[in-house]
Amino acid sequence: MATTQQKPKLAVWKFASCDGCQLSLLDCEDELLAVAGAVDIAFFPEATRATMPGPYDVSLVEGSITTEEDIERIQMIRQSSTFLVTIGACATAGGIQALRNFKDVKEFVDIVYARPEYISTLEKSTAIGDHVFVDFELRGCPVNKYQLVEVLSAYINGRKPITPSYSVCMECKRRGTVCVMVAHGTPCLGPITHAGCGAICPAYNRGCYGCFGPMETPNTSSLATWWQQLGVQDVDIVRAFRSFNAYSEAFRKEARAHEHQE
Amino acid sequence: MSTKNSTTRTFQVDYLARVEGEGALYVKVKDDRVTDVKLKIFEPPRFFEAFLQGRQYSDAPDITARICGICPIAYQMSSVHAMEDALGVTVDGPLRELRRMIYCGEWIESHVLHVYMLHAPDFLGYQDAIQMAQDHPEVVQNGLKLKKIGNALVTLLGGREIHPINVRVGGFYKTPTKRQLRELTDDLKWARDTALETVRFTAGLPFPDFEQDYEFVALRHPDEYPFNEGRLVSNRGLDIDIKDYNEYFTEVHVSHSTALHSRIKERDAYFVGPLARYNLNYDRLPPLVQEAAREAGIEGSCKNPFKSIIVRSLETLYACDEALRIIDAYEEPEAPFVPIEPHAGVGHGCSEAPRGILYHRYELDDKGDILHAQIVPPTSQNQKTIEDDLWHFVEKAIDLPDDKMLWHCEQAIRNYDPCISCSVHFLKLDIERE
Repeated sequence: MATTQQKPKLAVWKFASCDGCQLSLLDCEDELLAVAGAVDIAFFPEATRATMPGPYDVSLVEGSITTEEDIERIQMIRQSSTFLVTIGACATAGGIQALRNFKDVKEFVDIVYARPEYISTLEKSTAIGDHVFVDFELRGCPVNKYQLVEVLSAYINGRKPITPSYSVCMECKRRGTVCVMVAHGTPCLGPITHAGCGAICPAYNRGCYGCFGPMETPNTSSLATWWQQLGVQDVDIVRAFRSFNAYSEAFRKEARAHEHQE
Repeated sequence: MSTKNSTTRTFQVDYLARVEGEGALYVKVKDDRVTDVKLKIFEPPRFFEAFLQGRQYSDAPDITARICGICPIAYQMSSVHAMEDALGVTVDGPLRELRRMIYCGEWIESHVLHVYMLHAPDFLGYQDAIQMAQDHPEVVQNGLKLKKIGNALVTLLGGREIHPINVRVGGFYKTPTKRQLRELTDDLKWARDTALETVRFTAGLPFPDFEQDYEFVALRHPDEYPFNEGRLVSNRGLDIDIKDYNEYFTEVHVSHSTALHSRIKERDAYFVGPLARYNLNYDRLPPLVQEAAREAGIEGSCKNPFKSIIVRSLETLYACDEALRIIDAYEEPEAPFVPIEPHAGVGHGCSEAPRGILYHRYELDDKGDILHAQIVPPTSQNQKTIEDDLWHFVEKAIDLPDDKMLWHCEQAIRNYDPCISCSVHFLKLDIERE
């Protein structure tokens, strides 16, 4: 085990999630060994069985809070971390599993499990920031691995990460992609979605589906009106806002505005 | 952790490392006999099958990809094939080939991650690949480069390596040009050579003498090594259409797991994944891969789960070779997808995720909205077999000191590359000696 005392200690924690955001770190094939050389990996069970006790300089937290035990564990992590950074839509907005928040979770347990009494779960899937102070939220479902390296490098070096909060539209323009909504009439969440992915979907001829969540001050109702003019039904507007960032405030409100009781 | 009194020993690992997701193991031993084994899955449930109800058929590939960040292509492929089955659409020609190719990318990326970063450290006595890199830098660097090429394949065809955006029911949003594919050729040739070296490297690792009489289950196609299509077969006579899955397999909900245990009805546990595919489809592998298997000493069949690391390397070799074949023969399709007319129906899809068969079943209403969804991931199918392995392995290795026993038990679990995040409806090591 490395014993260099000067290196910052990194911990990677998981709550309800798909593992994709922490996998992004292992997907940094060119940078991984350099990152591993710059920090002491003190806790990262997906990559190593070795562990070191806290406190930790930087904690990366993936996943959303869905059990009573999670609520206690995130407090412990906060107390033992100098900086706590959430990675991805689950940790930042409750993730796709927050779709339960709009339904009765007991019904969900009954649908999936034959013996519901074995399952303990909270009624809502919530963001880490709903429970403890978060120093930085990195968006995306999944996060962009280059942004993840940027955030790590920023906290290791004591500076602020540079991750622009403008919309996906800016990235589309920069990439030189023709606007799919204007040119092809394809419904796109790009105008209200936080940048960071590099505007991948429009480059593949499909509309953005909002996996990086809302940008700063998004005008969601204006965009919804544009969608209606393209012929999109309210039921589909609701489904579009209710995906990987369904429980973020802006998306939650806009979906509610288009929901009609049957 | 281990506790010991006069006759009882318990072993436990509270949080298994180098697996995807959260799990634990508990083993109890009394008078040198194993009395209990529990592979505990405490990955919190996420209820995918429930919230898919009321979503449109076209949402399934994007939503189910989020079940697993390691094998999103598997979820996308099983879901699009199930939807196409429900909607009476067949996707063939270049689009079918591109689907095989994106799956090659996922096998390379997932298998190489497991071989080099998660499993090899067990055999060589390291806590992780980063420690291993200090003594074997070129091995780990080659592994990382190989993995990167798998990711590049998925990224070109899918838009990004994790949760790709380009897969849709009916095909793709956009298909690559011949030239874009050809740009991958040199890297893939290097990858094929490196995969062959990986087979030789893994074949030289020290393996415990541990063979079991498993029922292997995998897809089997008339002339291909399976990715997306085929009948479900086993080495004990199973040979069924995938739509009959529920007639032959059942899921049992046990108290110590949020994953449902799968069984073959009227028999018992079964084994899915690389070893199953290999044993049931060896004759579908090209001569290059068969030759490498011969050299590795596991020609035609392999029943030692610890040697799955060699089989993963052979499948990586196959995936590189198959991707090169597809690139060579590729003609750009006329349209990127087959148009879909939503209507009511029931559809089944089964594809070979890196960890084994992944079954999806959907019922749609007349608007194409999902009425019912069923998803059976590979790890929940293997969970019972993993417990059985531990049961037999611990008894054989009963004289090992506790720390060695724990290490080997963890290794035995990692043989299955368990992906516990697939807690659609899915580890901690306790060994208790009495």
